[in-house]
Amino acid sequence: MADVHLPMTLAPLFAGLPRRLEVDAPTVGAAISSLEERWPGLRDRLCEAGRPELRKHIHVYVDRERGSLDTPIGERSRVDVIAAISGG
Amino acid sequence: MSSTVLLIGTRKGLFVAESDEGRRDWAVRGPYCESWPVYHAVYDRDSGTIFAAAASEWHGSAVWRSPDLGETWEHSSEGLVYEDGRRLSKVSTLSAAHGRVLVGVEAPGIFESTDGGKTWAVKSTLAGQPGSEVWDDPANQPPGHLGISAIISDPGSRDHVWAIVQGIGLYESTDEAQTWTPRNRGLRADWPREHEEVGFCVHKVVHAPGGERMYQQNHVGMHRSDDAGQSWTEITEGLPTEFGFAAAAHPHDRDIFHVIPLDPGHGRTMPEGQACVWRTEDAGSSWRRADSGLPQTDAFLGVLREAMAADTYDVPGYYFGTSTGQVFASNDDAGSWSEIASYLPPISSVEVATID
Repeated sequence: MADVHLPMTLAPLFAGLPRRLEVDAPTVGAAISSLEERWPGLRDRLCEAGRPELRKHIHVYVDRERGSLDTPIGERSRVDVIAAISGG
Repeated sequence: MSSTVLLIGTRKGLFVAESDEGRRDWAVRGPYCESWPVYHAVYDRDSGTIFAAAASEWHGSAVWRSPDLGETWEHSSEGLVYEDGRRLSKVSTLSAAHGRVLVGVEAPGIFESTDGGKTWAVKSTLAGQPGSEVWDDPANQPPGHLGISAIISDPGSRDHVWAIVQGIGLYESTDEAQTWTPRNRGLRADWPREHEEVGFCVHKVVHAPGGERMYQQNHVGMHRSDDAGQSWTEITEGLPTEFGFAAAAHPHDRDIFHVIPLDPGHGRTMPEGQACVWRTEDAGSSWRRADSGLPQTDAFLGVLREAMAADTYDVPGYYFGTSTGQVFASNDDAGSWSEIASYLPPISSVEVATID
């Protein structure tokens, strides 16, 4: 199970969504799809609508390395989803 | 006893201000929508729901909805996507009527929800209209390019709707947004245009009571139509500048209209640092200041296109919000103004609803 950390700005958008949870998935994209099943609409908040890519200001790190939707994640990976510094 | 509710869209969320019929004392609450930038919010009288068009820099665009005047909120962007590869960067304007919600987006298009904002589907992209080759050009795709800046639903006909495309012009549809006709005849443009019918910078269109008369604040000039947009006549003379965004019509007298002229350059604030609403009572033949109670020194205030509204009381009230977070209100038909909120985030939109 990967240890997934979500940004502070995401949790208030979906009832019951924690900041940190465990997800069993082979890639970042699959992990997001797994979360989408439990919290419909979540994928749109992290990925461009209708496109297989992360939103411009959403960054994902897998075991502290910058990743994308295709990046594999392991059984013991730590996945950090970051709302990048933006705005003011 | 009716309550009067202002929906104030700001760069840091939606705020709600409430008062009674007297409209003297106001209570402000918020921010809602998780402080996402809110570009426009409306109250749907049929369903009693607030809808707010918002776009987060992190999490993208969505339409928020509250069935209980802001106590609880949900959001959805399901279906808010172009299937043809165009990017949808921002939901910018809403219209709720006839059991449906329409949202105008950037790049230009109109989406519809018929299930109370839970899901959305493309209604129209105004494809094939003169000017559409500009907004359909991939090089002109958002962010930072053209969008639908206003949708106006005819309260008397579900089939009848108007849409403004930024920098292109006003369009009318009488078949529920299936086909469109440009309605820009008589407008002025101080720049070269590629099409006879479009290429005009329409900032704001307001219907006067009765249906036939419309007022328009354009990038260059104030204009009036007496034939439901078939043609326009300029009525700028008497105003301090030809530029502005916000405007509001008297709800019961079609000859009375209000506009907030701004300096047309980079500043785009009220001229001379004197806050002022300008009022005509003869359909634009003459204008006078309606500035009692507004600050007259060092008041370099800007007001955006959706940031002025009129209620529907017998003695109407008017409201406008500024780019620096103040909300001003008049409860006596623009006879005097008071500042009912002073320190909100930059304001994008103000709408008013009276709720029994």
